[in-house]
Amino acid sequence: MRVQGRPGIQYGGFVMAELSVQIGKLQMKNPVMTASGTFGYGLEFEDFMDISRIGGIIVKGTTRYHREGNPYPRMAETPSGMLNAVGLQNKGVEYFCEYIYPQISGIDTNMIVNVSGSAVEDYAETARMINSLEKIPAIELNISCPNVKQGGMAFGVSAKGAAEVVSAVRKVYDKTLIVKLSPNVTNIAEIACAVEAAGADSVSLINTLLGMAIDAERRRPLLSTVTGGLSGPAVKPIALRMVWQVAKAVKIPVIGLGGIMNATDAIEFFLAGASAIQIGTANFIDPATCVKVIDGINDYLDRHHYSSVQEIVGALEL
Amino acid sequence: MKKFILDLHVVERQLLHREYVLLKLTNPDAALPEMCPGQFAELRVDASKTTFLRRPISINFVDYERNEVWFLIRMIGDGTRALGLLREGDTLNAVLPLGNSFTMSGAQFPKVSDDASLLLVGGGVGTAPLLFLGSELKKRGYKPVFLLGARTAGDLLELEEFSKIGELFTTTEDGSQGERGFVVHHSVLQSRKFSWIYSCGPKPMMQAVAAYAAAAGRIPCEVSLENKMACGVGACLCCVENTKEGHKCVCKEGPVFNTEDLLWQN
Ligand SMILES: Cc1cc2nc3c(=O)[nH]c(=O)nc-3n(C[C@H](O)[C@H](O)[C@H](O)COP(=O)(O)OP(=O)(O)OC[C@H]3O[C@@H](n4cnc5c(N)ncnc54)[C@H](O)[C@@H]3O)c2cc1C
Ligand SMILES: Cc1cc2nc3c(=O)[nH]c(=O)nc-3n(C[C@H](O)[C@H](O)[C@H](O)COP(=O)(O)O)c2cc1C
Ligand code: FES
Repeated sequence: MRVQGRPGIQYGGFVMAELSVQIGKLQMKNPVMTASGTFGYGLEFEDFMDISRIGGIIVKGTTRYHREGNPYPRMAETPSGMLNAVGLQNKGVEYFCEYIYPQISGIDTNMIVNVSGSAVEDYAETARMINSLEKIPAIELNISCPNVKQGGMAFGVSAKGAAEVVSAVRKVYDKTLIVKLSPNVTNIAEIACAVEAAGADSVSLINTLLGMAIDAERRRPLLSTVTGGLSGPAVKPIALRMVWQVAKAVKIPVIGLGGIMNATDAIEFFLAGASAIQIGTANFIDPATCVKVIDGINDYLDRHHYSSVQEIVGALEL
Repeated sequence: MKKFILDLHVVERQLLHREYVLLKLTNPDAALPEMCPGQFAELRVDASKTTFLRRPISINFVDYERNEVWFLIRMIGDGTRALGLLREGDTLNAVLPLGNSFTMSGAQFPKVSDDASLLLVGGGVGTAPLLFLGSELKKRGYKPVFLLGARTAGDLLELEEFSKIGELFTTTEDGSQGERGFVVHHSVLQSRKFSWIYSCGPKPMMQAVAAYAAAAGRIPCEVSLENKMACGVGACLCCVENTKEGHKCVCKEGPVFNTEDLLWQN
């Protein structure tokens, strides 16, 4: 594993390639993060690995007020993936600050909160409350949520709607602001440019793709909400394409996700232009995926004689 | 309880009847972790593109002396079929032990000295967790009573094992073994008084058992639910059941619930 004469940092007796990355003001020890809604608050995975090795843990979607979420069934397995319709079940930001934050503030890595809402004011208020939590260095805005005041159309599907939420949050939030983009749009690069102009420090993509599954025998939908969000390896080619398009269009760092199951998948996202990646559905298949991906990225860099992960960001040869 | 990701080895596979398979597995590297009755494992099935997620399967029995964990599988789809077709020597990746467990102690729980009579009602493959539960209750000095139901005699599984642990009553829908009909119509429910009831099986059966328990003087009744799961560890909120206290994760706050807490809607 050791490569002579190559710069790097000492880790557990091996020379590691430089895996650290910076996203806005956020310093990460490696480019591997967990995707919101798939990793709980991190604590659920403590038995399986040293979770502090993960570059950033993005916790469950948090809203201004308590949400009970959608009725069961909320999940349907589909070829190489799954549909979910959890509906942002969470106890609200006040509960988060009072009861959950104290439990996770001791975890020695970047704990990032995914913020969701159904009105611009709710996003801003939630972000403002999280801004005061010392151990939360960043938030990720989920703009795939329906805008209740605008007839339920998601904020993230128009450049105007996306920019409006981001500007409102930017005014009250001064740490690193990541904006998570919806893939359910015609031109994702246009939305990315709009949120960059509105003050985002980074964009992450993709959120789930709107899909549907039917039980033919019973002639019924498999989800209580009929439609739901598709994730897992089935979406990876779309996610890669979108990361590539967005990375060319913006100057801020791009965080790539969608169907990453292993280190090779992660490398593909770096090559397409992502500066960091997130792991979602894969956590359900192998709860220790994150640390395996970190080690696998290092192996790849070693094998190809790169000294840092930055060298492969956008290094796709055309 | 600490959870583990283990590569278990199949030491024995028994085809019990048509679609029912009993798998006995061992951990070749170390002693199996401690597990409780009612808990389950998430088993990895890399069979095809349609079996992407792990499959939740109850812990049927743990033989700590032989370092074996047993799973009773009903092959109903691609995932369970792949599990049922494993062979001796094959490796199976399991995350375990998951979920809460059946109550076996505590202030509300009947004492051995009070002549406690515990009834364990199972239907079909739902009998799986009751074998482990019965054996742990027996270890604690109780005399568990089993009431197991199935369509036909062949679908009644592991009867020899059950009868080693406690008194055994059966029903079959076609009358080929035990009393004809459903478990809730068995005469033992009329002739005896029970102080605690556990049930696992098809939902309509568990609902009928819960109704019996309520009518027979609000006997405490615990059931094990089988909601569809993704993560199995309480992280994704896919498996929720609506309860009197809102949505609860069946994989973490369950699978065992007291029926008084459930709303039982479909
Ligand atoms: C906590 C828990 C413990 C379980 N213990 C056992 C066990 O010990 N032994 C065992 O054989 N099975 C058990 N199950 C059920 C088992 O997990 C499912 O049968 C399995 O996931 C089905 O996978 P499949 O790929 O074979 O079928 P699929 O192709 O996924 O489904 C085949 C058919 O079965 C139906 N189905 C799938 N899952 C369920 C379910 N949970 N309830 C009702 N219908 C369903 C589907 O709708 C479909 O019609 C348990 C489930 C849970 C949640
Ligand atoms: C069960 C589940 C819940 C999710 N909840 C959220 C959420 O609360 N907020 C959010 O921004 N994304 C949420 N997502 C989307 C994921 O974070 C991720 O964008 C998506 O699953 C694609 O990545 P993957 O294929 O690696 O899972 C959820 C996904 C799943 C499967
Ligand atoms: S299956 Fe994920 S929370 Fe229960």
